[in-house]
Amino acid sequence: MIGPIEKDQRRFRQIVHGTIRRDLKRYVSSGDLIGGGERGAVSIPVPQIDLPHFTFGSGDGVGRGDGEGDESQPGEAGEDEGQHILEVEVGLDELAKILGEELELPDIRPRGEASITAEHQRWSGIRRVGPESLRHFKRTYREALKRQIAAGLYDPAKPVIIPVRDDRRYRSSQVRRKPESRAVIIHMMDVSGSMGTEQKEIVRIEAFWIDTWLRHQYKSIETVYIVHDAVAREVSQHDFYHLRESGGTKISSAYQLCLEVMKSRFGSGEWNIYPFHFSDGDNWSSKDTSTCVDMLRSEVLPRCNLFCYGQVRSAYGSGQFKRDLDQSLPGEERLVTSAIADREGILASIRDFLGKGR
Amino acid sequence: MNLPTSLRAWEERIRDSAKKHGLVCFDTIFEMVSEEQLDEIAAYGGFPTRYPHWRHGMEFERLRKHSRWGLSRIYELVINNDPCYAYLLSSNSFTVNKLVMAHVYGHCDFFKNNAWFQHSDRKMMDRMANHAVKVRRIIDRQGVDAVETFLDRALSLENLLDYRQLGEATPPLRQFTPPQGGEDDSESTEPNFRLRSRDYMDEFINPPEWMEKKRQRHAAEVEAERKLPGGPRRDIMALFLERAPLARWEWDLLHIVHDEALYFAPQRVTKIMNEGWASYWHRRLMVDDILTDDEVVDYADTVAGTLVEGRSLNPYKLGLELLLDIEERWNKGQHGIEWERCDDYAKKSTWDTREGRGLDEMFRVRRIHNDVTFLDTYLTEDFCDRQKLFVWRRDQRTGKREKVSTDFRAVKETLLQSIVNGGAPVIEAVDLNHGNRGELLLEHRHHGKDLRPDFADATLLNIAALWRRPVVLLSQLEEKPVRWIAADGAVRMEEVIHA
Repeated sequence: MIGPIEKDQRRFRQIVHGTIRRDLKRYVSSGDLIGGGERGAVSIPVPQIDLPHFTFGSGDGVGRGDGEGDESQPGEAGEDEGQHILEVEVGLDELAKILGEELELPDIRPRGEASITAEHQRWSGIRRVGPESLRHFKRTYREALKRQIAAGLYDPAKPVIIPVRDDRRYRSSQVRRKPESRAVIIHMMDVSGSMGTEQKEIVRIEAFWIDTWLRHQYKSIETVYIVHDAVAREVSQHDFYHLRESGGTKISSAYQLCLEVMKSRFGSGEWNIYPFHFSDGDNWSSKDTSTCVDMLRSEVLPRCNLFCYGQVRSAYGSGQFKRDLDQSLPGEERLVTSAIADREGILASIRDFLGKGR
Repeated sequence: MNLPTSLRAWEERIRDSAKKHGLVCFDTIFEMVSEEQLDEIAAYGGFPTRYPHWRHGMEFERLRKHSRWGLSRIYELVINNDPCYAYLLSSNSFTVNKLVMAHVYGHCDFFKNNAWFQHSDRKMMDRMANHAVKVRRIIDRQGVDAVETFLDRALSLENLLDYRQLGEATPPLRQFTPPQGGEDDSESTEPNFRLRSRDYMDEFINPPEWMEKKRQRHAAEVEAERKLPGGPRRDIMALFLERAPLARWEWDLLHIVHDEALYFAPQRVTKIMNEGWASYWHRRLMVDDILTDDEVVDYADTVAGTLVEGRSLNPYKLGLELLLDIEERWNKGQHGIEWERCDDYAKKSTWDTREGRGLDEMFRVRRIHNDVTFLDTYLTEDFCDRQKLFVWRRDQRTGKREKVSTDFRAVKETLLQSIVNGGAPVIEAVDLNHGNRGELLLEHRHHGKDLRPDFADATLLNIAALWRRPVVLLSQLEEKPVRWIAADGAVRMEEVIHA
């Protein structure tokens, strides 16, 4: 049964989520939330959800004791009405839901649903043999008790139970098969000299939100990070966001590597593959661009659910690559290109990418 | 009623001990609850049944988080009611619960005997439950959203009470005449002056000139009332109950909010004393009668825990220390004109006339004072020095607290400022027909502290929505006179330039 307080609490949460939804754009473009991503939930500071009253503005008051007044600890002023900022924990799943509702993102239909199964082990059985580490103490005791009572060896005044070999029971595992769809996100980023700090920050934020959404859609998901300038290589998540390289840009190198990764590790057709490529759109030569286009058409696109290319505007980039892609691969369902002018453009671009529900 | 037997025995002993020491209490009913239940009750302001509103949910969430992370915990909860209800936490140790019971009797005595609680409704438990039923019924008729919107607005006025009324002999207005007419009409119409007559006689019985005169007199009366003949009003909610154009259901809701705010008002203005009094008595009772030898450490530990201070003043601690100071001073006769005139330090430090009236004075204090008069009367320079009180101010740029003064006068003034009028700014309604346009004129009595502007904006919008006409608020910001104007769902602030 749901008591009255739960109702009030639910209503409060609704209001909080309403606030978050209303200010989603601000939260998305500020990038403040990304830090908490690992714990499966983020703490969102929601200002002023309290009812307004007339109160005093500037703080002063009386304290007690020795020492200087400036050893203030955070949250001390919590007693004063209306001064606290509420930290609301919102699960990433929930955040994804809000994002999805706000951007009207359709749910993704995973492909190859039935053909993929995952094995789950459950310790649900009991057997007579097994390693000592898996011995089921209670069952063993019970067996021993039963045997001793049956054999008339049990003395209630002196209840000593001694299990023998035959009494021992062990836990056993059973394997269950469950259909599951798996997905991989391949993030590619151009780290050539023309991508500045701000551009990388935009990529970082967008990648976080895309991750959040796709994680919401798939139970198990893997991520691969690739950076490239004139050559491409696979890096860790940390490096992906922090690496600063310079030099020329050869986009085909990244696509080549992406293709290799797809073939070698995610090639069995069980995977829903989502490559994302972010760049400022400046490629080394038009020859390289046409290599890219060929690769996309013949090899990359057929393997993936969706290939997204996001072009971040930078002072140095010409932005030619997006135009080239759009021209050479018209009407390609699995390719989405989007231009991101600045932080404000992140939401719109996420909608471009994920609005297809593939 | 589900007190374990072991505690039940102690309940009696503690009650007898309290009685023996001169405390006069309502019957007190203890209930043992779990931490979550306690948080729930606390979120409802101490009452098991309240009207539904998300604010309670928010409070619950906050309390849950605090107790889960161990940031703070509630030890006890007492309700000012006859009989008095008190909740004990089942996860508390036996000793702590004994202590809490002693503490509760202290509160209970205070509720019953302090002058500022004189008009307090002692059947509030039932009343709150009735309010809950009423609000639910209104929700059934008007819909959740309408009720929530209105409650959000009404609760915004919650602290605009006239705290002075609590001390007066006549109780503050609690009953008002509801607007006439059905549930949903909102406009009050002119009364009917016409006497009953037959058609052909009408001109003689109700002559037009006479009718006109009557109408004018009525208009003048209304006009005079709008000028607030009783002087400025602080109880804005009461004013709105009398004068705002509210539909019947809106009126009912505002009435409930007002009623509950009035109930909580005495606790607001006696917080320091009330906690000090209860803390004093749990100490006395525990040490004199209740504590067994093996509980001493547990007891000391708990006491140390509740009296811990952050940088802000702990009301339990301040109240207790002041009461102890009073006890000592009146026991040793350290008061009165001779004491004050004496400036010999050596003589003063050993001053003892064996007057022995400490306890009497304390009982007097608990009878007649509220926090403001209490601190004003008994906070001495000596005490201030001994307790090392200081004034802090939040630095505008760094946002950190800085110690600005240890001067006695500054400390006392800041302290009094922070609690006067229940700690809320004094806002008065001055004119109901401001500029002859039916606008409401409010004035902030500025005593050196500015209003928080963003909150003032939002609050004014809510007030204007209830008043249904523009609302003007005069105040000061950074020593300049300013005027807030809330009209048509928008609010703006401007400097007042005197011609």
